Amino acid sequence: MKEYRTITQIAGPLVFVEKTEPVGYGELVNIVLFDGSTKRGQVLDTSDELVVVQVFETTAGIGKDSGIRFTGETIKMPVGRDMLGRILSGGGKPIDGGPEIVPEKRLDITGAAINPYARGSPNDFIQTGISTIDGTNTLVRGQKLPIFSGAGLPHNQIALQIARQSKVPGSKEAFAVVFAAMGITKEEANYFMQDFERTGALERAVVFLNLADDPAVERIITPRLALTTAEYLAFDLGMHVLVILTDMTNYCEALRQIGAAREEVPGRRGYPGYMYTDLAGIYERAGIVKGKKGSITQFPILTMPGDDITHPIPDLTGYITEGQIVVSRELHRKGIYPPINVLPSLSRLMNLGIGTGHTREDHKKVSDQMYAAYAEGNDLRGLVAIVGKDALSERDRMFLEFADIFENRFVRQGYNEDRTIEDTLNLGWNLLATLPVEQLVRIDRDLINKYHPKFTKAGKAEG
Amino acid sequence: MEVKTEKPKSDATGVLKRIAGPVVTAVGIDAHMYDVVKVGNEELMGEVIKIQGENIIIQVYEDTSGIRPGEPVINTGLSLAVELGPGLLTSIYDGIQRPLSVLVDKMGDFIQRGVSAPGLDHAKKWEFKPLVKEGASVGPGSIIGEVQETNIVHRIMVPPNVKGGVVKSIRAGSYTVDEVVCTLDNGAQISLMQKWPVRVPRPVNEKMNPTVPLITGQRILDGLFPIAKGGTAAIPGPFGSGKTVTQQQLAKWSDAEIVVYIGCGERGNEMTEVLTEFPELEDPKSGKPLMERTVLIANTSNMPVAAREASVYTGITIAEYFRDMGYDVSLMADSTSRWAEAMREISSRLEEMPGEEGYPAYLAARLSEFYERAGRVKTLAGSMGSVSVIGAVSPPGGDFSEPVTQNTLRIVKVFWALDAKLSQRRHFPAINWLNSYSLYLDSLHDWYDKEVSPEWNAIRSWAMEILQKEAELQEIVQLVGSDALPEAEQITIEVARMIREIFLQQNAYDAVDTFCDMKKQYDMMKAIRQYSDLAYAAQSAGVTPQQIISVKSKNDLPQIKFIKDYKPALDKIQAEMDAEFNALRSAA
Repeated sequence: MKEYRTITQIAGPLVFVEKTEPVGYGELVNIVLFDGSTKRGQVLDTSDELVVVQVFETTAGIGKDSGIRFTGETIKMPVGRDMLGRILSGGGKPIDGGPEIVPEKRLDITGAAINPYARGSPNDFIQTGISTIDGTNTLVRGQKLPIFSGAGLPHNQIALQIARQSKVPGSKEAFAVVFAAMGITKEEANYFMQDFERTGALERAVVFLNLADDPAVERIITPRLALTTAEYLAFDLGMHVLVILTDMTNYCEALRQIGAAREEVPGRRGYPGYMYTDLAGIYERAGIVKGKKGSITQFPILTMPGDDITHPIPDLTGYITEGQIVVSRELHRKGIYPPINVLPSLSRLMNLGIGTGHTREDHKKVSDQMYAAYAEGNDLRGLVAIVGKDALSERDRMFLEFADIFENRFVRQGYNEDRTIEDTLNLGWNLLATLPVEQLVRIDRDLINKYHPKFTKAGKAEG
Repeated sequence: MEVKTEKPKSDATGVLKRIAGPVVTAVGIDAHMYDVVKVGNEELMGEVIKIQGENIIIQVYEDTSGIRPGEPVINTGLSLAVELGPGLLTSIYDGIQRPLSVLVDKMGDFIQRGVSAPGLDHAKKWEFKPLVKEGASVGPGSIIGEVQETNIVHRIMVPPNVKGGVVKSIRAGSYTVDEVVCTLDNGAQISLMQKWPVRVPRPVNEKMNPTVPLITGQRILDGLFPIAKGGTAAIPGPFGSGKTVTQQQLAKWSDAEIVVYIGCGERGNEMTEVLTEFPELEDPKSGKPLMERTVLIANTSNMPVAAREASVYTGITIAEYFRDMGYDVSLMADSTSRWAEAMREISSRLEEMPGEEGYPAYLAARLSEFYERAGRVKTLAGSMGSVSVIGAVSPPGGDFSEPVTQNTLRIVKVFWALDAKLSQRRHFPAINWLNSYSLYLDSLHDWYDKEVSPEWNAIRSWAMEILQKEAELQEIVQLVGSDALPEAEQITIEVARMIREIFLQQNAYDAVDTFCDMKKQYDMMKAIRQYSDLAYAAQSAGVTPQQIISVKSKNDLPQIKFIKDYKPALDKIQAEMDAEFNALRSAA
């Protein structure tokens, strides 16, 4: 392989090379340092005169005397069955002391878009055991549902609880977890690893770790390596794969860093104008393919800078993903776990996975009614702060109380508490029963007659 | 107007000089703007977007990884054009009219590159029935025959860029889209298919004023903020405000004969929902699958960005083609923000001087050019047709002051303001009644008078007034609580609540409530009006607001939404309401 020593400029993570043979766009590049060690990079821009290479590791040690080798192919990921149970670096190298991965296939890490016509419809209800998700923001297989969180909030616990408890009731199909950490601290990483080990989840997991002190630019490929692995497990081996990506905010920072180094025209808040397309290239790698057994469900986690949901990262994410789970600082302060605020949370695929044949016929109506009642109660809190509780009408007082009960009984649950969907819905009915029947305007009469504790046998016996 | 789809062939083969993502530079070819070129050894499809001395800048519709400088570039000399003819309906295309089902057959479940696929099936035979005789004289756009495509009759026209003449021969029979079915005395040969460059609007005889509403079956739209056939509307919504559901409802239920749905840079799973749902849905009018009158274009967010830019043009050209046959077409573009972002991305790769927020300076011009292709027209053939355009806008951070939303609002006539706050409290469709508007109310006034009821326009204004009043009163309630309001205003609040919860809220997932015709809308609104009139009368007769608000019969009103033959139930409620108020008044 030809080696060039024609580096003209090194700026940030970018290396500029002159006078090369024709080099392919997106090609993998090896950079050989004076001491014989190599670093990896990728071609970002190629022409007769100049090739721009983005280096995935730190450019420390690279100089005009470094050699550049173009490999002639785009970045490929070796994948194989024995990846399960392994821990890899953010660049895909084993770091658990085990042997190299025995590749069964080498796959392009960019990943091709699933033809929309070949996509299967996601409609298998996934029970996470968390009421605020199952009951009011239901997750289905093949969905991408991010957790929007903030610094210091327990998003990691929630992600782990989901990873641990998720199941499709009544199904015993093979499943796997792919975990990709981007720029998280060693401490956070340990927290995940210990939990995986404690629950035995590690043996059916593939872990990619790019920690806070690893090169930022490597974060650009970490989620792509993880998703390539996930696609192999799902569509070649037929497993149901849950992918956890954390923290996407660090990924976007790395993207901005490269954009700035290339002196690109920046978009909002300095993030590159193509960030939407770039993020879509990651998030859209979830779903089901018709006629194939496996599926990919994604849980990206991101921390909203300044808890600002309109910041470009959560904003663009929300436009690509099918909803969002919003973690609330206010609920967290009240000591409620999991502090999921259902009001701004949403699952866009919920209606595909609930109702008769999936969960229960009353699911949608119960959920809508709780949402509406909680929203109303929550609004009244603002009013109470001004006029006091006494100025409220009796009806308003009931809704105000509902908001409190909802948070304390429906939202609040234990870190290890795994509620079935029946538990969740019955709990919902019990809460709604605190309101007068005629206020339940979103539920048909026959469902009320069938499920409302006041009319059911069990409820009557209790009452 | 004359448009040539084929330019003089310049047998230009050049070489690639530079590749940086979806934008590449070639030298050594003789090209015109927007010529379609084949890039690299794999012959990826691209389009010339800039000429700079020797350098020809090309946007490539497929992924360019691995392409090297020195690979060949071939200029086809053609503009980016779509194939128009029988076989369009029920099709699902990507942004450059490649049928997605054919792509699955050719390259499997994932989109690979370097595969070309014609927009229409060139092997399938269609039964052609002439409508003109030999010796008849025809002009550009004249209808010469028809093909029963689905339950929709596909009219075969003289292409607008073919000179008219006298029909020399025309034959009934079974033909592929390439075979000549008709020749004119000037030598022109007409087949079932015509090609049209997507960036050029198809010509019409005359643009007319929109005077007929596009009935959508959605109460807040038809009732309060109607769009006319041939009109333009924008749905801006922050994410999670129910924009997609609203658009899908429109596609399903609007009374356009043809629906073109462009999924432009949107979610794959949502497109799947459309793709699986549409074929199963029944067209409420014909009883046939809705797909039979639909063309879908799906270019999801992770498909190549240049094809996303083209998808909007592909869609509107197809819509115009059906309009030229004399059909009412509605086109949904979800989302035009993604389209604008594709422009921005390509513009920034061209290193153009950016305008506001990095969007190119020609953003406003492109948007207005696109929306101006909507309209109710007299076609070249002399019949009436229309294209209504409903564009979704996804303002970043829900900020309506951003350039795409602002430039769109300057052009469109109807604005359906989706509101995340409403969707959070599960008020669907989450369209804010205070911020939305329709500038078609005046031009549609007569239609409502004639087709619905002479009372309709008045009752609509009444409802809007109540809602407006409620907004003002709510501000006071926020400060002092509802009990402190004067009695009459407590009733206003209650009536407004009824308008919101009964009339405006509509359940897209309920089999009955998902579509509500104008008659039922009128009856529902009238029932609320009846309560309102009785309530104010009772209040001035001395009945307390508490008594008025707790009238029992009105609690059954919401259930009317879910009943198909609602009339008997509604009559009963209205009669009970009368009786209850009579009792209250006589007791007072």
